[in-house]
Amino acid sequence: MMETAQKETKEREKHPLQKYFRKERFPTMFCPGCGNGIVMSAVMRAIDNLTHFNVDNTVFVSGIGCAGRIPGYILADSIHTTHGRAIPVATGIKMFNPDLEVIVFGGDGDITAIGGNHLLHAARRHIDLTVVCVNNLNYGLTGGQFSPTTPVGASTYTTPYGNIEGFFDFAELISLAGAAYSARWTTNHPRRITKSVEKALLKKGFAYVEVVSQCPTSFGRHNVSAKPKKFMEWLKSNSIHVDEVRDKCMTKIDVEGKLVIGEFIDVELPELTEEYKKLIEGIKDGTIKAKKPRLDWLELAIRA
Amino acid sequence: MLETECKRLFLSGNEALCEGALYAGCDFYAGYPITPASEIIEILSKRMPALGRVSMQLEDEISSLAAVIGASLAGAKAMTATSGPGVSLMLENLGLAVMCEVPLVIANIMRGGPSTGLPTKPAQGDVMQARYGSHGDYELVALIPNSVQESFDLIIEAFNISEMLRTPVILLSSADVAHMRETVFIPEEGTIPVINRRVPSKVKTDFKPFDNNSPDLVPPMPIFGSGYNTHYTGLTHDEYGFPSDDPVVHTKLIERLKNKITNKLNEITKIDTKYLEDAELIVISYGSPSRAALQAAMDARDEGLKVGYIRLITLWPFPLKILKKLCESANKLLVLELNMGQIVNQVRLLGNENVYFYPKLGGTLYTPNEILSEIRRCLKK
Repeated sequence: MMETAQKETKEREKHPLQKYFRKERFPTMFCPGCGNGIVMSAVMRAIDNLTHFNVDNTVFVSGIGCAGRIPGYILADSIHTTHGRAIPVATGIKMFNPDLEVIVFGGDGDITAIGGNHLLHAARRHIDLTVVCVNNLNYGLTGGQFSPTTPVGASTYTTPYGNIEGFFDFAELISLAGAAYSARWTTNHPRRITKSVEKALLKKGFAYVEVVSQCPTSFGRHNVSAKPKKFMEWLKSNSIHVDEVRDKCMTKIDVEGKLVIGEFIDVELPELTEEYKKLIEGIKDGTIKAKKPRLDWLELAIRA
Repeated sequence: MLETECKRLFLSGNEALCEGALYAGCDFYAGYPITPASEIIEILSKRMPALGRVSMQLEDEISSLAAVIGASLAGAKAMTATSGPGVSLMLENLGLAVMCEVPLVIANIMRGGPSTGLPTKPAQGDVMQARYGSHGDYELVALIPNSVQESFDLIIEAFNISEMLRTPVILLSSADVAHMRETVFIPEEGTIPVINRRVPSKVKTDFKPFDNNSPDLVPPMPIFGSGYNTHYTGLTHDEYGFPSDDPVVHTKLIERLKNKITNKLNEITKIDTKYLEDAELIVISYGSPSRAALQAAMDARDEGLKVGYIRLITLWPFPLKILKKLCESANKLLVLELNMGQIVNQVRLLGNENVYFYPKLGGTLYTPNEILSEIRRCLKK
């Protein structure tokens, strides 16, 4: 008996992704039944699958929120920044050292509400970042207030009469803002998440992967179900693939109340750090010159 | 240093500031246009790529400082420049930089406030903001130049202090210093010492990136991608960098963050003084008003009045003890500021019998005559 038990423990210790995590910091601070664990392992599995990928050369950046705590459990360089500012911090890291692979983790509140502007501008810049947005449909860490992704009618502590505001479909919006890759899945699709993150990491350009996740403690308690399994089943039954939506030319009204999942965009675009490198080289060899030489203030004064 | 060994240029304060930043080895700039600091981002947008360095314009001041923090963690000597309204937006991330001990420089070209205020006019209203703007207990360094030459010198000093102490440093210039033109001497590379941050020498298994027992209380800084797997967080963290809500951990961390700066007070304090030996009244000023103040003090001496002159160059941490010693013999102090009274409250802590305050608002500067008549008035009291 003892031997089998010991063997079992050993087997358990040999989790294929164990080497990527800070074992001493487990158990995590996430609630029982939270979807963050699924996202965390799906992302690390993608890194594991890309054999050439070096975790020592990867920086994980996050803001504030439940998902913002994920990088603290990964054995790599990481920074847990201020609320909503993970993407600009990541932009600074990537611009200064383009050899680093930069992955941003964040929740819907962090990435799409307070950091929404940074998300749009990072996409517009075509900077090579991978953003993983764990969308739990509300502000979980602060106890359950509505976010820009809370469904209409949903009850939260700040929408006690039901949410009357609209919601953002960021996977769609970001594909129009200049992202090279955008996808949305739910926690029911761990292998799809892994595949999407692989694509996102290989993509030269801005990549956005959103995972709609169960939040049994905050959102589920008031809306779907406080039971993680039931919540996940609801996510699954309530989602519709983007290909189906596009094939059938379905309108916003047709998909009302549904989660559109799938890949929204997958294109090749000129990448910012590469363009900047070209600029530096062009200036050096004289092929690129400043277009408008700045008129000196004094010169202007003399002319006046 | 012989002037012949220097490049002699006729520059504006902002241009000199850019030259100084490049001299100090600044290789990352992120900013957002704002009067009266816009020339800095314009000049660096042109100069930095030509030197193989990075300059970028972001969507706002919040993201500018965020990008500067990111770049600094990746190994850059990074800076941003802005004015009061921009600093207001940067304050949350300034706290992050203090907490994560990220070396960086913020140039605040002060203009009249509050709110949009007087965008093109000089003021000194952001002195307390520089010290207490972000929430929580912290300490940082702020320097203030009064000339174009000093804009060049002090930005190098700002980078050196920030790298030496792993802390944000604020350079408080103002619209007048930023836009006036003067002769600047720029020495050859290597003449002015440039300090670079200490990085850990080799990967150790029990490496503490926030070691409370580090020499000078400043732990060597691991750069992203160098294999240290460091976790930086704005949360209160232990010596390994991981979140903790232990009262002892918090107390020790905050004390170290404060002490690493205040312990170096004598080293980083710069004060300019004149005529102090027998001074009955000392005029205390900083930044551009000090130029009129010096003239007024000289004129007063010509009249036979016993007037001294002190100019603060390091504003924060406030050099209270040093100043106390300098002002011991004078029983009257006259403080000049382009605001309604910020540094004067610090001067009152010196305990001198009579502290007079002569403020100037409206985006205009003092004239030496104005100050001289104020000196006469104070001496008669």
